[in-house]
Order: sequence, then C-alpha cells, then structure tokens
Amino acid sequence: MNAVATTPAGRMRALGRAELSLLGRNRNAVVTALFVPLALPFSVRPAIDQMDLKGEGLSVGSVMLTAAIGFSLLFAVYSSLVGAFVARREELVLKRLRTGELGDSEILAGTALPAVCLGFVQSVLLTVACVLLLDAGAPAAPQLVVLGLLFGLVLCAVLAALTASVTRTAESAQVTALPVVLVSMMGSGIIVPLQLLSDRVADVCRFLPLSPAIRLIGGGWTGDLSGYDALGAVLTALAWTVLAVFAVRRWFRWEPRR
Amino acid sequence: MDTNEHEHVIEVTDLRRVYGGGFEAVRGITFSVSRGEVFALLGTNGAGKTSTVEVLEGLAAPSGGRVRVLGHDPHTERAAVRPRTGVMLQEGGFPSELTVAETARMWAGCTSGARPVPEALALVGLERRAAVRVKQLSGGERRRLDLALALLGAPEVLFLDEPTTGLDAEGRRDTWELVRALRDGGTTVLLTTHYLEEAEGLADRLAIMSEGRIAVTGTPAEVTAGRPSRISFELPAGYFVGDLPPLGELGVVGHEVAGRVVRLRTHELQRAATGLLVWAERARIELGRLEMRSASLEEAFLGIAREQEVAV
Repeated sequence: MNAVATTPAGRMRALGRAELSLLGRNRNAVVTALFVPLALPFSVRPAIDQMDLKGEGLSVGSVMLTAAIGFSLLFAVYSSLVGAFVARREELVLKRLRTGELGDSEILAGTALPAVCLGFVQSVLLTVACVLLLDAGAPAAPQLVVLGLLFGLVLCAVLAALTASVTRTAESAQVTALPVVLVSMMGSGIIVPLQLLSDRVADVCRFLPLSPAIRLIGGGWTGDLSGYDALGAVLTALAWTVLAVFAVRRWFRWEPRR
Repeated sequence: MDTNEHEHVIEVTDLRRVYGGGFEAVRGITFSVSRGEVFALLGTNGAGKTSTVEVLEGLAAPSGGRVRVLGHDPHTERAAVRPRTGVMLQEGGFPSELTVAETARMWAGCTSGARPVPEALALVGLERRAAVRVKQLSGGERRRLDLALALLGAPEVLFLDEPTTGLDAEGRRDTWELVRALRDGGTTVLLTTHYLEEAEGLADRLAIMSEGRIAVTGTPAEVTAGRPSRISFELPAGYFVGDLPPLGELGVVGHEVAGRVVRLRTHELQRAATGLLVWAERARIELGRLEMRSASLEEAFLGIAREQEVAV
C-alpha cells in the first residue's frame, strides 16, 4: 500500500498512550501503583532497624532502597498489570486488537508500557529519596543497579501476563497476584536481605524469579557482589525471562472463557 | 496493484473448525467472494457463522481445510493481510473508560493510512459523541463506533459480524447505505446476520449456514427460486379446510392448519390466490388476517430449518 504504514514503535506508542489514560482513571490501580510502594518501605522500617545489618556490610539506607524498588516492581508494575491484562481480555479488547495490525507481542508490550515506565520513574525517585534522606550513599556499581532494575521491570511485566492467564476476572486478580507478591517480598530479598537468612534457605531463594534483579540492585549499590555472583544473577534472571516469555507465548489467554 | 476485477478476494475450501472440547462448529464449508462483492453468511445462532468469520479474520487457525484472504493465509501471514482488512467483531472490544475520540485515536495509531478521526466518526454519525466514554454509549452507538474503526484504514476487505444487531431502524438503514456506498467504491464485504431482510437487501450473494454446513448458496434470487410463496388466512367459525376447493386444483403444494388459521404453500401464487378468493366470494365468507407473500429468503430459511428438523 502507498498509504503511510504504521511501525511497531508507533503502534505500541498509540496503545501505551491509551493505557496511560486508563491507568489514570482506575482509582484502585492508582492507589496500588503510587502509594503502596511509597508507604510500605516506611512500614517495614522498624523491622529493618532491628536487623543486624552491620555484620553483613549493609546499611539501613541500602536495605530500604532495595525494599522500595522491590515494592515498586511488585505493586506499580506486577499487580497493576495483572489487573490490566485481565480487564482488557474480559472486555474483549485484546481480541479486538488482534484483528488489527498489532502483533501479539506488541499488544502485550503496549499494554504494559505505562506501568513499566511508572515503575522505572518511581524507582528512580525512590532511589533519590533514599540517597538524600537515608544516607544510602552512592552506588558502587551503578551498571549492575540499572541492569537489575531493567530485568525486574521486564520480568514483572511478563509474569503479570502469565498470572493473567490463570485469572478469570479483574476482581480475582488481587488474589491470583498474591503468591508472587508474598513469595517475592519474603524470599527475594525485598523485606529481608538474603544475607540475613541461613545459607541453605538463601541458596534456594536466590533462584526465585525476582531474586536476581533485587540482588543486582542491592549488590550493585553496596558493591559486595563479586563478578562471579553478578554473572550468576544475570544468568538466573535471563533464564527466568526466557522461561516466562515462552510460557506466555504458549499459554496466554486472549479471550474470556465461555 | 496486482489484482484484477474477478479475482477471488476470499477463498474458503473445505474449512473445518473444531473447538478444544471436540465440538465441531464448522464442518467442511467451501465458498469464495469476488472483489467488490457483498457476501452474507446467514444462519441461526450456533450455525457456525462467527466461527467461520474468526478464521477469515485470522483470529484462529482452521482445524482443517484452507482459507485465503487477498491471496494470503490470514492466520500465519498476519502482517501481509491486516493492513488491508477491517474487522467488526460481534461484540465490544473497547475499554469502557476511554472516550470515543481516545478510542479512535488509539486505533488510528495502529492502522496504516488511517483517515482523520473526526472524518471516521462523522462517517457513522458519532461526531457529537466524541467526548463521551464508551461505557456511556448505547448499544447501537457502540456498534457504530466499531464500524467506524473497521473503516479507519479504508480497507479493501471488510468483515462485519452482525453489524446491525442492537441498532434501531434508522441506524440500521444508515449502516446499509454505508455498506452499499463502500461496495460501490470497490470494497469487498463479508457480513454475518440473522436479519433476513438485511441479507436480501444488501448481499450480492449469500450462504445459509446450518449446523456447521452451508445448506444453500447463491444470489438472493437463486436461493429463493424454487421456494414456494405463502398464503395464510383465518377461516370463520364452522368452516374447515375440507370446505375449500381441492387444494391440488388451486396449485397448492402444501398446507398447515393451526386452529382456524390455514397456511398454504404454492409455486403459482396468482392462481392459488384467485381460486381461494373466488371461492370465498361465492361462499360469502370473510377470510380473516389474509396475507400473501411471494417466495422470500425467510421462506427459504424456514424451509431449511424444517428440513433440518426432519433430518434429526
């Protein structure tokens, strides 16, 4: 055709813009995405104060920072996207989009775009706040922090699509999102740094989906992550991403069950 | 353009579609649609219309057989087909919290060669509803928004799944005029409907589907040809069908009686009607609720349903 053809980037931008409007109009999603990641770190502050951080080379600032970014990933990105994917599917929006020029991955990426951007901006702001208010210091290996954040954002979006496949209604999304949220908070080093767990438990927890991202962020900040450990975290994160993308391609539901 | 006028824009060969549970919704159908033609798939609910259209739209792969749209497989060669087709699903598909204009803008951003949003909305008479959220639209307005978006990219092929369901009489007529104008402009249209007058008035050719198969296909005239005309009336008290002149002599090929209401089927409407009315005049009888209809798509449709029941 001679007419102006669309590009994948243009299509995703158009979809992402509409999704941003929808995100802004969903009060539940706004509260979950904006306030939970801001409020939760302060609610766990007393617990962090009780921890024996010095012995592990940690500081309140760096632990709070990891917790804040972790909450942002879980609530601003993961939880809100599970709801968004389910709502779009149940309103037949995904089915309608598939009749158009967007590819399947473009539909999912475009839908996820605003939440992922929100999670990114929020993480940056939380980091700045931790540095200014809690003396978190400067990151020892900023490239690892950025890498961890990117892995976390992508993985949360893909996991949200996967969770949406087993969620029937937008209301039940709050329940089906819980396992990943709870397991990640407890076992991926978001509330309790893995260094404080017993070695055997920590070794298992390192293989949870969000653990490598959190480890890269926390370790990149404090600088106590060896090159070998960093590589291990990157490979684990990569493996989870590939696995989750494969699962989404295989099992994602585009239409409501009848 | 690599096309000629008589090219088959849509080709369906022995299409089958079986759902996960083993239900066979489409059981081997074959038809084709030429460029610039309006083709209607008719059928009762559950006949397999939507299951067929979804395969043509590329939403699902066929379980058997072959489907080509503009020479491509619509499922595996999505990128080649989608910029040239427009689709209107049977229902919904728009976030309820977006406004009409936002929805259209989003679609325009995803559609090659999209016409300006105000123009698209004006096409279906929604320009004054641009700032309204989709959830506040009436069912008919939602159908029109759907149509506007299907037309955004001025597609060569248009799939309309029950485009006028939920529309009032005026909205339905507007949609028909729009479809005719598109056809005159060279657009190929495949529509499903269960409104018989819609198929009769709009379609160049049609197929009546029943239980996953095509029962009959052709132009509306071909499909109704061979179908009998109908006469129905109510006999006054004290009169029975046996009092009528011998039905065979009137050219009546079949009849039904329900209480005092008599329905006759004939291939010679004028002869049967004359015989009946002359008899009534001579017997000084007033026939109540007298109706006569030439063979129509409705008769063809009901006839197929009857044959289906007999077969079961």
